[in-house]
Amino acid sequence: MAELEEGKEGAAVTKSTMEAAGSIPLPPLRLPCQPVSSHEHKLNFGKSKEMCLNFIQDAMLQKQWNRAAEFLTFYAEALEKDFSRDYMGPSEIIWRIGTEILCHHSHSGMKEFNSFIEQMKTFGVKRYLKVCLEHSFHLLCNGLVDEAYQNLSLAESWRFGEHTAIRDKEIKLIQAYKGLLDYYSWSKQKNILLEHDEDEFEDLSVEQEMHSYFRKAAVNLKEIIKIPGVWDIFVKCYVDLLEFYGDDEEARQVLSEYAYNSKFPANPNAHVYFYQFLKRHGESKKSLISALKILHDLVPSHELMIDFNTMLQKSKKRKNRRLGLQVIFAVLDYAGWKENVKAWSCLARQVKQIVISDKHPDWIEQEWDSRKDWWPAFHFSHYLAKKNWQENKSLSYEKALVAGIILGKDCKYFRYVSHQGCKAQAKKFRILKKFVNKHIPVHLRISGLSDSSVQP
Amino acid sequence: DFNERCAQCSEVNWGITDGGRFYCRSCHNVTERTREVVNTDFISNTRVQTISKGLRKQEKNGESCEWYVCEGFQLVLKKQAEALEALGVCPQMKDEVLCNFWRRYLQKSKQAYCNRTAGEAVQALSVCDSSTDVDSEPERPSLLHLLSLSESDGDLPTDCSFASSTSKVSESTSVCSGSVDGSLYLMKNQKEKLRMTMPMTLSFCYMALLWLREPMTLSELLRFVVEGHIPYFNVFLHFPEKMKLYGLDLKIFCVESWPAYEEVYNKMLELAAFLDLPRFPDITDSCFLHPNLLCMKYLMEANLPDELHHWTCRVVKKIHVGEVDFLTLVPGNKSTRSVKYDILAVAVIIVVLKLLFLLDDHYEWLLSDFAEERNKNNNEGGPYFELKKWYKVIKCTLDAEQKKLDEEKAKDLWRCDKPLYYSVEKKAKVLKRRQMVVNLQNQFGKLSGSLRPAEKPKPSSFQLRWSEENADGNCFHGHSLKGILQEKCGLLTARNPEYWLCTLKLCSEKVCGRAAHYREMDFPQSYHFVLRLFAFLLRIQPSYIHNEVCVIEHKLFNKKLCRKPKYKTRLKR
Repeated sequence: MAELEEGKEGAAVTKSTMEAAGSIPLPPLRLPCQPVSSHEHKLNFGKSKEMCLNFIQDAMLQKQWNRAAEFLTFYAEALEKDFSRDYMGPSEIIWRIGTEILCHHSHSGMKEFNSFIEQMKTFGVKRYLKVCLEHSFHLLCNGLVDEAYQNLSLAESWRFGEHTAIRDKEIKLIQAYKGLLDYYSWSKQKNILLEHDEDEFEDLSVEQEMHSYFRKAAVNLKEIIKIPGVWDIFVKCYVDLLEFYGDDEEARQVLSEYAYNSKFPANPNAHVYFYQFLKRHGESKKSLISALKILHDLVPSHELMIDFNTMLQKSKKRKNRRLGLQVIFAVLDYAGWKENVKAWSCLARQVKQIVISDKHPDWIEQEWDSRKDWWPAFHFSHYLAKKNWQENKSLSYEKALVAGIILGKDCKYFRYVSHQGCKAQAKKFRILKKFVNKHIPVHLRISGLSDSSVQP
Repeated sequence: DFNERCAQCSEVNWGITDGGRFYCRSCHNVTERTREVVNTDFISNTRVQTISKGLRKQEKNGESCEWYVCEGFQLVLKKQAEALEALGVCPQMKDEVLCNFWRRYLQKSKQAYCNRTAGEAVQALSVCDSSTDVDSEPERPSLLHLLSLSESDGDLPTDCSFASSTSKVSESTSVCSGSVDGSLYLMKNQKEKLRMTMPMTLSFCYMALLWLREPMTLSELLRFVVEGHIPYFNVFLHFPEKMKLYGLDLKIFCVESWPAYEEVYNKMLELAAFLDLPRFPDITDSCFLHPNLLCMKYLMEANLPDELHHWTCRVVKKIHVGEVDFLTLVPGNKSTRSVKYDILAVAVIIVVLKLLFLLDDHYEWLLSDFAEERNKNNNEGGPYFELKKWYKVIKCTLDAEQKKLDEEKAKDLWRCDKPLYYSVEKKAKVLKRRQMVVNLQNQFGKLSGSLRPAEKPKPSSFQLRWSEENADGNCFHGHSLKGILQEKCGLLTARNPEYWLCTLKLCSEKVCGRAAHYREMDFPQSYHFVLRLFAFLLRIQPSYIHNEVCVIEHKLFNKKLCRKPKYKTRLKR
């Protein structure tokens, strides 16, 4: 504190009183830093537009489309200074934001949207095809299939600017979507024919038209799926076309390529489609299992895993049955399956089978080993016992069976459910209790309490 | 009149074409000679005769004409002066003060009012630079001749830099401009002459205002510019149709940032020195720019009690910043600090607030509670001032106003309908982009129902208004400070005997560029709040005000700091 004498006028009346409330922090001394230029805070064109963009983004996040539109009118100027070659330059931003606003604003209609997009198309050679494609999507979303098709055809025949690899891919994509719309027309014609087939109605022109749609669709769809990528919708449609015309061999080829070609990104659906195809054509169990095996590796929680487990349980091979147990345990690791009766009954059935046959209890032991830390809390808590009992009795039965065998008759879940079951005088539960009591040694073995588990 | 013989038929029978050229009535041969054009568009009372005396060459289509960069600036200044006049500045400003300054500038920078002007050389140069005619070829030697002549004359800067820059110009004819000397202008050596820029037009205006002691501070002037009351952005819209603006002219006349306080201020000082101006008229205590008066204005605007004015006057008197010699600008005098009147005034207010309330995030609230307590038994006229209440009211208003201002900034339109382009090749592209922007603006403006931009606010000296008549009780002007002061020997003094300094040691302005440095997190919140409030009112960075606060504090406590160095160490604690 600086001690200061009172001025004559008594203005500067500061006195040093270190004791009283003297804990006024003084700002630390700083070394002279770089001079701060006034330009830092100088508002210029770029900064003003940046601020504007921030306001637009805020408004959009709060769904204030009117406000966003208002600020966009002021942001539009940024276009005039868009000399950047950046991907996210003002023109890209205006296109994306403008589209979003026009989609959501209550006073905007298809007409405004189209005129906006037409302008965006004229803006950049590089962006033309992308804008066209998204425009078609928007038209499709509004049920304007013919307009969308027309749009894609126009884009396809557009020839400006230099040819680049990216552009070739974009053209392929546009053609693929065109093919998709051809497929759509084809399938409409097919349905007409199938309906009238019953009335013994024959119309050559409809049929011819249908075939011409098929050819157009097939050509474009075939092209796109050669390029590595995720083309689920195109693959499905193409396979549907092929199967309709009886070209199963080609369809099989396409699907196996899509699923197994290592250049393509890992895609669970590819395996699903392949499996479904095999199943439709009554292929052998072996090939079905091998298709699902890969799916299991990719997505252990896939819904087809129930089918997979059923299939494996029925198998005569030990290895397959073992895999089945692994599969069903893995399924139940996922919260989405927690209350699925089917999954639990699959597990209960297989566990019961193992216990009764008294073969390979070590399978259960091995599966359980990695789960013993968290499954009791995850599946078999007292709270869940109560909840399951109230909501779904058959679920709690299946779960209690598993819990009883693995965790023993003292486990909270089993005790609660069997107690409630007996109280309700359900025969099923009394049998369950007896069964578990009979197979206590299994539990002991699994939980490592019996001597046998000590053996090497 | 033109009396030469026709080159083709040797007759002397001249007529004048629509384009102003002479043609031979006998053989219809059209010469390159043109009649002197009297163009009223260029005649303003601050016209530079030396430049307009020459032949104004009009191009064949008659749509554009020759013009010089300084003429452009002259037009800008004229428009700005007219706008200031419309705002109520005395009419002398344009025709007497600003005009004189400008003439002096042209003379000092050797653009006009001297024997051989730089402009003439430029003009001659432009002939070969801009002309596309074949017969301009023979003129080249004469140009070189002229250049060498002027060099020997000693009127032009004789160093090689000028000569080399001119040769550069004639070589790169692809770099073009609408003005005659646009390209040369940008190449000029900045050191020897003070080159005119757009921010400098405002320095000119401010200098004229200061000369006349008009009641307008620099921060106010800049605010009027930003609010659009004074032409600055897109000022070329006011240029006559025939003055074509393109190429390098854009670099000179198109502004894409707001004028910055420091820049305009420093240029004004430089300019005043460059023009060799005498001492400015005295700033006495009856002038608006005197700290006592400005403090009053800012106290009102900040909604602080009128009684504080008594305190600011005491501080002003104590540190001698109210004296004429301190306040009056003496161009070129580097020994004294030049005064930023607006910043000085708000800094004095902040120092007073610190003296009375300490602003350490603790004491001021204690004091406010104390005043609140005393207010309950207060039977005197006005209520006692409670800082807490004031803070709440001001914080609300400030936040709302700041938000409004930010939105306005984001909504600034920088471009005008008159498209500008660097070169003819780019014209089509620029026009196309402009059209698209207009379309987008129309579409989204219609969609949001805000097609017409909001009207600009009426020019006002006050940004925040508080009135006692309002029943909401948000006006603190009449509040009394008695609640927080104590009586001592019949005088009211502050209760707190302490004070904290913003900085112990001032930095050298020569080294750091400023006397003190400001980082928000190092200082109490309430101090920052007060800084923010005044920074908002002046539309400058808080650090500028902080800077001035530090300087004032050091003046106020200087004796104590120097005389008793032992307290310095205790200050650090």
